[in-house]
Amino acid sequence: MLFIDAASILSVTQVSRYLKELLDTDEILQDVWVRGEISDCKTYSSGHCYFKLKDAEAQLPCVFFKNARLRSSAPELRDGMAIAANGRISLYERDGKMQLYVENVELFGEGDLFLRLEQLKTRLAAEGLFDDSRKRPLPSSPSIIGIVTSPEGAALRDMLRVLRTRFPLAQVILSPTLVQGAEAPAAIAHALDLLNVHSEAEVVILGRGGGSIEDLWAFNEEVVARAIARSRIPVISGVGHETDFTIADFVADYRASTPTAAAAAAVPDIAEWREKLLDFQQELTESIETYLIDQHEQLGRTRRDLLRLDPKYQLERLQQRLDDTSALLQARMQHILSLRTERLRGVALRLHALSPLLTIARGFAVVRRDSDQSVVTSTQQVHPDDELTIQVTDGHIHAQVKG
Amino acid sequence: MEALTFEEAFEQLEAAVEALQDGQMPLEHALHYYEEGMKLARHCNDLLEKAELRVQQLRVTNEGMPVLESFE
Repeated sequence: MLFIDAASILSVTQVSRYLKELLDTDEILQDVWVRGEISDCKTYSSGHCYFKLKDAEAQLPCVFFKNARLRSSAPELRDGMAIAANGRISLYERDGKMQLYVENVELFGEGDLFLRLEQLKTRLAAEGLFDDSRKRPLPSSPSIIGIVTSPEGAALRDMLRVLRTRFPLAQVILSPTLVQGAEAPAAIAHALDLLNVHSEAEVVILGRGGGSIEDLWAFNEEVVARAIARSRIPVISGVGHETDFTIADFVADYRASTPTAAAAAAVPDIAEWREKLLDFQQELTESIETYLIDQHEQLGRTRRDLLRLDPKYQLERLQQRLDDTSALLQARMQHILSLRTERLRGVALRLHALSPLLTIARGFAVVRRDSDQSVVTSTQQVHPDDELTIQVTDGHIHAQVKG
Repeated sequence: MEALTFEEAFEQLEAAVEALQDGQMPLEHALHYYEEGMKLARHCNDLLEKAELRVQQLRVTNEGMPVLESFE
């Protein structure tokens, strides 16, 4: 307790108000049919009648006020009766009790409306009229849409408004009909058949705005179910509110919860097409740009290829190669020449070193015998009185051997 | 092109976009696809802008045949 903020604690009244608000703003609970068995039925002197509706699992308190009873076509209620009660569900705050404020009651026993409905449903289901395999796909963008409804009803206005907004490219063919009353079932069937005879519509919407279960009853009749089943044009049903299910809904190729939803299901939304068109335009522009850039690049490549094949360019290239080659040749020659020069110098130096003149310069002399100019290298070669010539650096000396 | 319905024009536009995205074609063709595509897109847009839901109703003749007549 210490940890709870006192401001967040609700009073009983606050909780009750909150619950009542929840129930009273719920669309389904504001107009609902509930079936069950009557128990604890008490009618007071005030004329108000209180009872419980129950089935095997649960029970629901009900109050049937005098005014409502007098307005309705309800039979005298007794315990054990099987009924379907129509009204709104709300909270009786004083007792903290959730109850059904009854407006009308239908017998749900043998011979009544609901039982016949169940029997018809069972029979048609057994025939396969509700089978998924019978359901045809709806055209994705029908250019002609058939509508079977009352020309005066709000449903038609709603459907046309949706079609105008979503898909004004379409054409509507209205097959006018009564949608409630004893003649309605045959009229609806005929109107649907007529669209098939005319055979231009690509899809048909069978529509009727919300109303009481009796108002919608024509769409539970067998003639209507049969007409939908034999229609060569796919049929979309849009009858009543979200919570209303009629036999027409089960036979139709597509069940929409309301006429408005049926119209929306029949056609695509051009807003999406507008978007697609924009995308296409953008893609076109991007593609042509990419294409042009590619072409431009290719042009550049081709131009370069072409240039390479130009004789002038080729000549220049050859000239250049020639120049390059000459330069190379020259360099090689230069190299070879310098190598040779180098070697020559080496030989010259060695030659120089071996020259006898050089020896003479150091004080040695070459001695020749005059008689035969032979070089004297041994005493054995000369005899006294032989005439010799001595070569020194700066000339010759004539001499005679004495001994 | 003026005579094309929205669906027809839309289909041709789709084809032009695809062809151009492929890109393997002479310049002349590419430009043609581009120009045609843009024209088709404008035509589609025009049709959408001008579109007005046409409502008619079926009436049964004395011979029992359904015929169309204007509604409202």
